[in-house]
Amino acid sequence: MSKNKDRFLNILIVSPSILAVSIFIYGFIAWSIRVSMSQWKGLTPDYTFVGLSNYISLFNDPRFLVDIRNTVIFTLVFVIGSITLGFFLAVILDQGLKGEAFFRSLFLFPMAISYIVTGVVWRWLMNPAEGDRISGFNLLFSNLHLDFLINKWHTTVTWGIAAIALAAIWQMAGYIMALYLAGLRSVPEELREASRIDGANELQIYRYVVLPILTPVTLSAIIILGHISLKVFDLIIAVAGKQYPLDVPAIYMWQTTFDGLFYGRGAAIGTLLLLSVAVLIIPYIRYTLKSEAQQ
Amino acid sequence: MKSIASPRRQKYWLYIPLVLMALFFLAPMYVMLVTGFKSFAEVDLARMWDLPQGIAFDNFIEAFNKLAPYLWNSFKMVVPAAIISSFLGSLNGYVFAKWKFKGSDILFPLILFGMFIPYQSILIPLVVFTNTIMKPLGLSGIPSLILAHVIYGLPITTLTFRNYYASLPTELIEAGGIDGASMLGVYRWILLPISIPAFVVVLIWQFTSAWNDFLFAVVLTGNRAWPITVALNNMAGSQIIAWNVQMAGSFLAAVPTLLIYIFLGNYFLRGMLAGSLKG
Repeated sequence: MSKNKDRFLNILIVSPSILAVSIFIYGFIAWSIRVSMSQWKGLTPDYTFVGLSNYISLFNDPRFLVDIRNTVIFTLVFVIGSITLGFFLAVILDQGLKGEAFFRSLFLFPMAISYIVTGVVWRWLMNPAEGDRISGFNLLFSNLHLDFLINKWHTTVTWGIAAIALAAIWQMAGYIMALYLAGLRSVPEELREASRIDGANELQIYRYVVLPILTPVTLSAIIILGHISLKVFDLIIAVAGKQYPLDVPAIYMWQTTFDGLFYGRGAAIGTLLLLSVAVLIIPYIRYTLKSEAQQ
Repeated sequence: MKSIASPRRQKYWLYIPLVLMALFFLAPMYVMLVTGFKSFAEVDLARMWDLPQGIAFDNFIEAFNKLAPYLWNSFKMVVPAAIISSFLGSLNGYVFAKWKFKGSDILFPLILFGMFIPYQSILIPLVVFTNTIMKPLGLSGIPSLILAHVIYGLPITTLTFRNYYASLPTELIEAGGIDGASMLGVYRWILLPISIPAFVVVLIWQFTSAWNDFLFAVVLTGNRAWPITVALNNMAGSQIIAWNVQMAGSFLAAVPTLLIYIFLGNYFLRGMLAGSLKG
């Protein structure tokens, strides 16, 4: 395989991509970090070094504190909701029912749609209007005599962001279902059979045999969903626009940089987002590549 | 002891949660479609869930008239972006799977990380780059957006092809080597012809993610080059355009990727699992 003329050809082939990644990912990250430590404000770049002051002022900034609170609420609702629903759907579809393929495709199709489309539709489904102007889910609840479910959705004080997480669950639960379904299919039937013979019922089999085997799937699901939560952006914009109560770091970064021209602050938010994603993703990549190498 | 087949039988009650969940997943689609097919006279938020009394295309025509240029922008941007990033990913994947070099095991995870980064962390340099280098070259707008999707798409396309090629037996490459085919010859004559499934996976994945992108589009394009996501979002944010037209517009924006999903669903799923490193 090691013909001389091919020796450097492999490096030559990947070099344009490696160059692009070095510049546009790592170079740009470094550049962003430099901006985040500068006092750049306004249209003209100003790289005067100000140390960590942009970061420090963010943690005293009420808006950024709202962002952190919103991210935490969103992450909890979105991660727990998607995993619960995805797991539940996967277990049902794993029972060998007729029409499995149809339902599987149905639960997955929202993945093909953009967050903007989802957001625009859900904005009308979550219409908080009351009385004669009631519509969307609230209208449906009212017609079904489930009035106790009527709520203000994303306009709810403090917890409004959880309503956005519902739309995100709608979009991503199918994906988690697919991950679990792949995991369930890898559980050998003999293992379940043996447990049945030992007198375990179906519920016990799931609790004590299947669930432990699926732990790596759950971990990947948490990491994938967690890093999506940190990046959530388009969905909120499409449902509610740029509203302070539903603000998250990704929106703050966008608005303060491109509307407010606070480049230093925007870069600091971007860098903090990157750090929080890196904490989740780097161990994940290492773990995945390591376990791949062992196979 | 229960009979072995029993757990697989008598589970018809499971259709109850399944159908309820199906209704939940279909509800947004349902509202989008029934609203789209209502006539303007029939549109009423209070009757949002009612079926249309007849089939009318008012909303779709109105939405299409407003969105057609942006749909076209999306196509002009997405098709080259998907093709270029897939082709580069295929070459990279070939090298990282079968022609490893010193340091390639360090470079590969570094490339992979790029797939997960929040783009806010590179957005300022990207915009400065676009304004100072792409714009003077007359390449602002759609070409800049294509470049962004190609470069930030490299990690996932490289990963998917690398996994695909790694699953092929090395003897295939060695056999090619014995026949006198060079490294590129093996790629061109042996691997490329059997790479079609991987190309389909990667192409539709890149098509879908570029079509659905909002962040790059909103910072890199002005109103003449807006792709559909930005135009739709602005339409939804405006007070002038009625909600029924927004619903029809949302449907139009979703159609291309939905069609891909309906006809090539299995390939789409494989792309998705690759995105979680599980391909």
